[in-house]
Amino acid sequence: MICDECGKNSATVHLTKIVNGQKNEVHLCEECAKKNKDFDFESPFSIHHFLSGLLDNVQDEPMKVNYNTIEKCENCDMSYSEFKQSGRFGCSECYKQFNNRLGPLFKQIHGHEKHTGKVPKRAGGEIRIKKEIENLKKKLDMAVKKEEFEKAAELRDKIKELESEVK
Amino acid sequence: MIKWLKGDATDKDVVISSRVRLARNLENIKFPSIMDSEQSMEVIKKVKEAVYDNDMGDFSFYSLKDLNEIDKKVLVEEHLISLSLLETPDKSAFLLRNDYKSTIMINEEDHIRMQVLLPGLDLEKGFDLCNKEDDMLENNLKFAFDEKLGYLTSCPTNVGTGLRASVMLHLPALVMTGQVNRVLQAVNQVGLTVRGLYGEGTDALGNLFQISNQTTLGKSEEEIIKKLKNIVLQIIAKERMSRKGLLNSKKLEIEDKVFRSLGVLKNARILTSKEAMKLLSNVRLGIAMDIINKLDINTINNLMINIQPSSIQKKLNKELTPKDRDIKRADIIREALIN
Repeated sequence: MICDECGKNSATVHLTKIVNGQKNEVHLCEECAKKNKDFDFESPFSIHHFLSGLLDNVQDEPMKVNYNTIEKCENCDMSYSEFKQSGRFGCSECYKQFNNRLGPLFKQIHGHEKHTGKVPKRAGGEIRIKKEIENLKKKLDMAVKKEEFEKAAELRDKIKELESEVK
Repeated sequence: MIKWLKGDATDKDVVISSRVRLARNLENIKFPSIMDSEQSMEVIKKVKEAVYDNDMGDFSFYSLKDLNEIDKKVLVEEHLISLSLLETPDKSAFLLRNDYKSTIMINEEDHIRMQVLLPGLDLEKGFDLCNKEDDMLENNLKFAFDEKLGYLTSCPTNVGTGLRASVMLHLPALVMTGQVNRVLQAVNQVGLTVRGLYGEGTDALGNLFQISNQTTLGKSEEEIIKKLKNIVLQIIAKERMSRKGLLNSKKLEIEDKVFRSLGVLKNARILTSKEAMKLLSNVRLGIAMDIINKLDINTINNLMINIQPSSIQKKLNKELTPKDRDIKRADIIREALIN
């Protein structure tokens, strides 16, 4: 089989594209395939390609405003469309700048939107205490379900104590 | 001898190593993928100072640009640094503890990636060590952290805890009995990832599989470790059961396979990396099943690293063609197995 593109070399790369049920076959030699944008020989497929796909799903918003050109991180200058393309943030501030469009992304990747793990000491006592209260409340629920009332009472006292510290 | 493989290890009939890594970034400084060299120097300086100020143990500092190509690749083959750290040698550096069990990589995908690497199954200790290092670094450094999203990372797949815990497993009996795909599929379904020997996108050479957590947000560090450990223990049990099953039903065939492999390894003059890994895997299985008892399993664990291309070249202190490497590989193996 001869290459569809150059008509000279024999075709060694075969691409079948199905878009909206329309089947389209292309046969190319290696040289021409390298130039074809449907193939990406240079960079192997990575997680970052998936991410931009996920962001496309996230983007179905009622108002069609072209954020891509407007939104830019004030700290590092990365635009939202650049982030979308690379799948990597430019700096920690990007998270704040693009905040309102990221929630569904985290949900799709992790199945969750909220961190429940370690909190750095310097992030202040308050966050730590709030997280601790959340954890204790979970334990309290468990204790009640298991009818361990003595333990539940202990946990409730501890929660009250911590809550008074935050307020 | 690979330094970090030394010491006591549990479940080493199936488990090679346990690794825990935490990703951290400094607030407001551009992430490594877009930072300029001045910023990269600044990050390196800050991290280095934090490590030495806090008396975190005996760490040596290495700048990537000061290392030669072979040395860099040996570090990757020994799992001490990641392949991606090599991608930007002018911006990257790392600190290595003198027992080789802990590395702090600077300007990989994130500003800081600290890893603890231990022989056998030892995830809790790995996390404990990593966590303490994190606490100490935090005395000097202001990590990017968000109340809702946790630790902020360059790639959204690491946000939250920034924790990746993984276990390297040797699963020859599950491969032989054709069960491995089913087991690994199940692993994927419970939200864990399976990779080959050298991480993302690499083959499971020598029947070695790396199992790690896939997500980092929404679960605490302890929960992530606990879940991984739970699944790994189940896989270990399945592998052991398959080994027992093989001993019961195909004892002679297994012995034949093990001793043939040992025979080839002790006598071959040319060995490709792929063939060597396959044969070493059979011998490792033989040791674990008490078919061979004159060899130590650690000898095989060491060989599995020492016969990688750059490690061979490092040992001979020169660059070799693939053909010469295959010859030297056979020499190294013969020497290790005959003594």
